[in-house]
Amino acid sequence: MPAPATPTIPAPDVRQVIAADGTRRFELSGAWTLRALRFRLTELTPRLAEYAAAPAAQWDLCGVQAIDHAGAMLLWRAWGRRRAANLVLNPEHESFFGNLELPAERPREHARRDPLRLLVFLGRKLLSVLDHFTTMVAMLGQVVLDAGFLVRQPARIPWREISSNIYRTGTQALGITALVGFLIGVVLSFLSSQQLKLFGADAFIINILGISVIRELGPVLAAILVAGRSGSAITAQLGVMRVTQELDAMAVMGIPHTLRLILPKLLALAVSMPLIVLWTDAIALLGGMMAAHAELGIGYRYFLSSLPDAVPIANLWLGLGKGVVFGLLIALVACHFGLRIEPNTESLGIGTTNSVVTSITVVIIVDAVFAVMFKDVGII
Amino acid sequence: MAEHVIEIKGLWTRFGRQVVHRDIDLSVRRGEIMSLVGGSGSGKTTLLRQMLGLERPARGEVLILGESLHGGDPGVMRRLRDRRGVLFQEGALFSALTVFDNVALPLRELRTLDEGLIHDLVMMKLSMVGIEPLHAYKLPADLSGGMVKRIALARALALEPELLFLDEPTAGLDPDRSEGFVTLIREMHRELNLTVVMVTHDLDTLVALSTRVAVLCEQRLLIVGTLDEVVANPDPFICNFFMGERGRRALDAVRNVEATT
Repeated sequence: MPAPATPTIPAPDVRQVIAADGTRRFELSGAWTLRALRFRLTELTPRLAEYAAAPAAQWDLCGVQAIDHAGAMLLWRAWGRRRAANLVLNPEHESFFGNLELPAERPREHARRDPLRLLVFLGRKLLSVLDHFTTMVAMLGQVVLDAGFLVRQPARIPWREISSNIYRTGTQALGITALVGFLIGVVLSFLSSQQLKLFGADAFIINILGISVIRELGPVLAAILVAGRSGSAITAQLGVMRVTQELDAMAVMGIPHTLRLILPKLLALAVSMPLIVLWTDAIALLGGMMAAHAELGIGYRYFLSSLPDAVPIANLWLGLGKGVVFGLLIALVACHFGLRIEPNTESLGIGTTNSVVTSITVVIIVDAVFAVMFKDVGII
Repeated sequence: MAEHVIEIKGLWTRFGRQVVHRDIDLSVRRGEIMSLVGGSGSGKTTLLRQMLGLERPARGEVLILGESLHGGDPGVMRRLRDRRGVLFQEGALFSALTVFDNVALPLRELRTLDEGLIHDLVMMKLSMVGIEPLHAYKLPADLSGGMVKRIALARALALEPELLFLDEPTAGLDPDRSEGFVTLIREMHRELNLTVVMVTHDLDTLVALSTRVAVLCEQRLLIVGTLDEVVANPDPFICNFFMGERGRRALDAVRNVEATT
């Protein structure tokens, strides 16, 4: 026979009895268990405290039907962390009052407020940035050494890993980069046409779109999307491999992480990024061309035939070069943060966030450096 | 007749086309320690997860403390939370919380206890499982596997449950620690009037703790009974499991202890 769904628990209660000779007795009844007590705590705690203050009173727990450690602890606290002097209780409840004496705790030291804490904070941050930078350079160096090793022993090149990484970071990113590229192309072209129409400089839409998309927007957009997509995936993958000790297993088998995990990712992104940049450029120009046709009436044939005259070919090479550099940087940052993840859940989350934020920031900084370095190239 | 704390009736489990459990009936009596054993892949852990309400059987019913787990009542898990405790295999402590906060979490979730009482209850539970106060503010990642298990047990017992589920309680502990852990579970069982359901591979743990043993083999429940009844069964799986070298050693050890006392 199944037990009733919720057996009724007798409510805990405490009653004051004053005997003829003036001695006081507190009779407890009901179940003094956590389950019964939790709804009555706010009422019982102050009453218990009040009763416990009475001197030379007797505590009668014989009427208690059930008790657990929570109930015993509640009484213990009311009695001032000691056993009531005059206590009567059922022998089977004795054990609950046996181990209530808590071991002494050393008070936790509160950190003193350091007057230089802001400086210390800044210093720590700076040192941590330097540490990130040096380990990343060291990793890059190791990858270069590994690449040298592979040139001498081409049989050990991890082709399979490289190709699967190209598929994952490149082929699978085509859809999202196309969508974003197309929309940006349309918006840019639409807004520029509005302005150009005012000056009657309709034909310059080709220059504006061509230069900005091929030189700047294509590579940066693609890099940001790939950093969010593949960078986070790489970091999380390496992090989980750390948590599940797969990295340790590889190290023990004598397979260096840099050779089998990092180098393929770097190479794959270095190959797939420029291709994605090219793809994004093409789709964004297509979107821009369609918007220009709709807004300014510029024919597709005219647009395409004047594009090579408006945009020097150097811009394309610059954009593709940026793609390669961005790809390498994204992979490097993602791998760096992935390998630093510690085996707990919080570290995984923080590591992935840091990886994506850092790689996008690095991409934009490096893009600015490119803009300064190549300011005389490809602009008429 | 002893009251049944857990009742499983006509339970079937399927993963795709593979049948894991075929028509299983099992009852656990109040106050006993029931061990579930079986070969790898025999669905012990799946059965445990079904008893916890984490997985749903293809057919059949699981009653925990008289409540149907898979009856579609959303309040069941909430009502059961302070009546059962679970010790997961790896402890499953929240890695972002300190030891103290891990044990305090279920108490704080009740929303009616004040912080002072919670502090004392947590410290008492920790001292019951043999964790010193100086470890209370460390993170689980800084502790050894044995300590993590003890803390997880303290967390499982935080709400004074009447039913305790243990998934491989001694897996991953060295013999000395697992001996200590078995003693701890036995003490807790006696002191707190617990009913315990345990999945284990470890024969020493099984022999030391079980009141009754349920053997899962080839999709069915082969036998449920005391250790002696199970060992007396001539089934080849049981012979292999208990009468192999390791099994005999564990059984002999316990018999010797019984003979000398």
